[in-house]
Amino acid sequence: MAVVLVLVLIVVGSVLFHFLSPWWWTPIASNWDYIDNTIIISFWITGIVFSAVVLFMAYCVFRFRHREGNRAAYEPENKRLESWLMIVTAAGVTALLVPGLFVWSRFVNVPSEAADIEVIGQQWQWSFRLPGKDGKLGTSDTRDVSAENPLGIAPGDPNGQDDIVVEAADLHLPVGKPVKVLLRSIDVLHDFYIPEFRAKMDMIPGSVTYFWFTPTRTGTFQVLCAELCGQGHPLMHGTVVVDTEQDYLAWVGQQQTFAQLSAPKQTGSVNQPSGKTMASGLDVAAKLETLEAR
Amino acid sequence: MVDVTPADAVPPAEVGEVELYHPHSWWTKYVFSQDAKVIAVQYSATATAIGLVALVLSWLMRLQLGFPGTFDFITPEAYYQFITMHGMIMVIYLLTALFLGGFGNYLIPLMVGARDMVFPYVNMLSYWVYLLAVLVLVSSFFAPGGPTGAGWTLYPPQAIMTGTPGGQDWGIILMLSSLILFIIGFTMGGLNYVVTVLQGRTRGMTLMRLPLTVWGIFTATVMALLAFPALFVACVMMLLDRLLGTSFFMPAVVEMGEQLQHNGGSPILFQHLFWFFGHPEVYIVALPAFGIVSDLISTHARKNIFGYRMMVWAIIAIGALSFVVWAHHMYVSGMHPYFGFFFATTTLIIAIPTAIKVYNWVLTLWRGDIHLTIPMLFALAFIVTFVNGGLTGLFLGNVVVDVPLSDTMFVVAHFHMVMGVAPILVIFGAIYHWYPKVTGRMLDETLGRFHFWVTFLGAYLIFFPMHYLGLMGIPRRYAELTDMTIMTESAHHLNSFISIMAFIVGFAQMVFLFNLIWSIRHGREAGGNPWRATTLEWQTPHTPPAHGNFGKELPIVYRWAYDYSVPGAKEDFIPQNVPGSFGLGPSREQP
Repeated sequence: MAVVLVLVLIVVGSVLFHFLSPWWWTPIASNWDYIDNTIIISFWITGIVFSAVVLFMAYCVFRFRHREGNRAAYEPENKRLESWLMIVTAAGVTALLVPGLFVWSRFVNVPSEAADIEVIGQQWQWSFRLPGKDGKLGTSDTRDVSAENPLGIAPGDPNGQDDIVVEAADLHLPVGKPVKVLLRSIDVLHDFYIPEFRAKMDMIPGSVTYFWFTPTRTGTFQVLCAELCGQGHPLMHGTVVVDTEQDYLAWVGQQQTFAQLSAPKQTGSVNQPSGKTMASGLDVAAKLETLEAR
Repeated sequence: MVDVTPADAVPPAEVGEVELYHPHSWWTKYVFSQDAKVIAVQYSATATAIGLVALVLSWLMRLQLGFPGTFDFITPEAYYQFITMHGMIMVIYLLTALFLGGFGNYLIPLMVGARDMVFPYVNMLSYWVYLLAVLVLVSSFFAPGGPTGAGWTLYPPQAIMTGTPGGQDWGIILMLSSLILFIIGFTMGGLNYVVTVLQGRTRGMTLMRLPLTVWGIFTATVMALLAFPALFVACVMMLLDRLLGTSFFMPAVVEMGEQLQHNGGSPILFQHLFWFFGHPEVYIVALPAFGIVSDLISTHARKNIFGYRMMVWAIIAIGALSFVVWAHHMYVSGMHPYFGFFFATTTLIIAIPTAIKVYNWVLTLWRGDIHLTIPMLFALAFIVTFVNGGLTGLFLGNVVVDVPLSDTMFVVAHFHMVMGVAPILVIFGAIYHWYPKVTGRMLDETLGRFHFWVTFLGAYLIFFPMHYLGLMGIPRRYAELTDMTIMTESAHHLNSFISIMAFIVGFAQMVFLFNLIWSIRHGREAGGNPWRATTLEWQTPHTPPAHGNFGKELPIVYRWAYDYSVPGAKEDFIPQNVPGSFGLGPSREQP
């Protein structure tokens, strides 16, 4: 009898936990409420199936538990019942899959008006690049990465000269404008993830990956790395600030271009690299020291 | 469909009896043994021993997650080494080895009515190579730099770079070498299991009369023989990248400010190879559990398994489909996004045969005569946790839902529920079920019930709430959960709760181990067939079965494995080797 009670309690407890517990997703800040809706559909369908199966089991244990003189029925199979169950399951699976694939096709087809921005991951910090006045990002190559050119922008490409470089600092985005995020890494796998935007994608050294979204409210959001990238992984935080149009333009005005940064003896850059060691290398050492110290 | 008399279903013996190798000394009997039953115990003991290491590692990582900043010795470096070794040990060295090397070796020859595996010598080698693989793995704890901390998925480039523990030390080299050895050892054992099931069955044991345990282990072994080679080549290539500086998986990268010499390799190729093995691996663990739990439910509910033939086809369908779903682990890996349409569809299709298995388990309970023995309790708990974990798989398999949830604690909760907790509950149920056959004595009932309740409820309380941490967006593989804006105070409390439950559940396993050892001498005498079961392993003349299993004459099989509560029969079970016209199951309709 304890078994029956526990099985019922598991169903009741799980459902109550789902509705009453304080642990739920963060308030959304992008257009991907479609994804949230698909998750809600999934919760309903799977929740009903889970409750039905476990409660049916509880009933069976209650009704058919061994008592003196009981004998089980002998029924090797029941083709009709088995076919019906298969059809109902297929219908349930379709109800999950079809809306999911529709939203996926939205997710992978970037609207033409989306503005390109680039995110560059490296152990263990985030940098960003925005197209300059020409609206185009210059080409890049990991082989071009050096102390003076930490993002590996091709020095010979005229399109890259006016690109805005935001090295190891906050990224700002205007609210309500779709952006296509191009993702690049210069060392290992990383994953650009902002919980409030719901979207994420790995970055792979040697490739450019992407996803798109539209920020729907202003605010400051924390960037997390969601792909294990070495021991500094949990400290690889960044910041994205979603601004109103005016604030965004003001911020863009303060940023420096690749040409300005690579001019000899520039001042006011984010860091002053010296010799062969780059800023990131020093950061890493400092971060790890604090970790080891604890 | 022609009705046939049972005697016609027993074909004449095609080949004579196999000459068995008879051991002459203690060494050849118990150490370098060629008896599948001894090898099974060797496999199980080794897997349990290394599994205990994994249990301790899980405690260490839960200490860090539940009480961040409290334990100074758990540096991020150490944390990543703990999670990596925990994951790899549990998936490969415990679950795969225990289900196939342990249960496979013990049950296949006995259940199909064979005297031993068809290649006993290779079977012995298989165990010793497995042991060597385990020793190489353990040695990495003592190597300079410690074991690898690359995560059990070992994704390059980080797996072989300095930012990862063991990346440029011995850790990753020993891990890859150990995996290569494991695969060599497994291949020897796996070929044995497959050939024994296909060629070693006794007279009358048609494929459609095999117990589902054998079907599960057999299909899983075939899958493993096809899937492990992908991991094998991936390991060899990564070893070459690491040792000889080749560039199979290494593109041009900058490491700590220095350009490395690698160029042109593909990190994502490794992921495809890894998951081409890795997804079938989930079912390599799950299918034996499916098979075993079917037999536990049927025996202890005194009722034939419902829809036997559908169950066999579902096992085969799941096995085949599991080879075309691997990239659902890679939806946000940066592979071509259109793959998502294909892999989401195949992944959700696999839910259909899986659901059929669940229906048939619960329909076996319907109108049964349910004995709430410990194996039955574990079987019921398996259904609860497997259904729970399987259903959250529908979230993660549905490509767009995976986008916010992938790489979060939701994934950790899902896969622990479905391929950690659920199969391990079956392993426990199976041990309580077959221990009397292996030792001749029953495990202690009171300790067993204590073990069951703490393990089942504790594991559910650990992993059910964990899904919601992932829904909040908390990433997995974070050694530090501090300085995160989404991490609320209550989420920290939940983490502490989960950690405390993990210690309690771990403690219950010590009680189980004590029971295992104590009952060898002090358990109640079991007799040959304490559960009154139908399958051949319970019909041996000796318990524990002697070398050669069946005494002078091999049994002849007249019926399927599920003639429980047959109308008209005197007892509520008819063993497979008993002739007669009662019962006989769906095989009666076979032409």
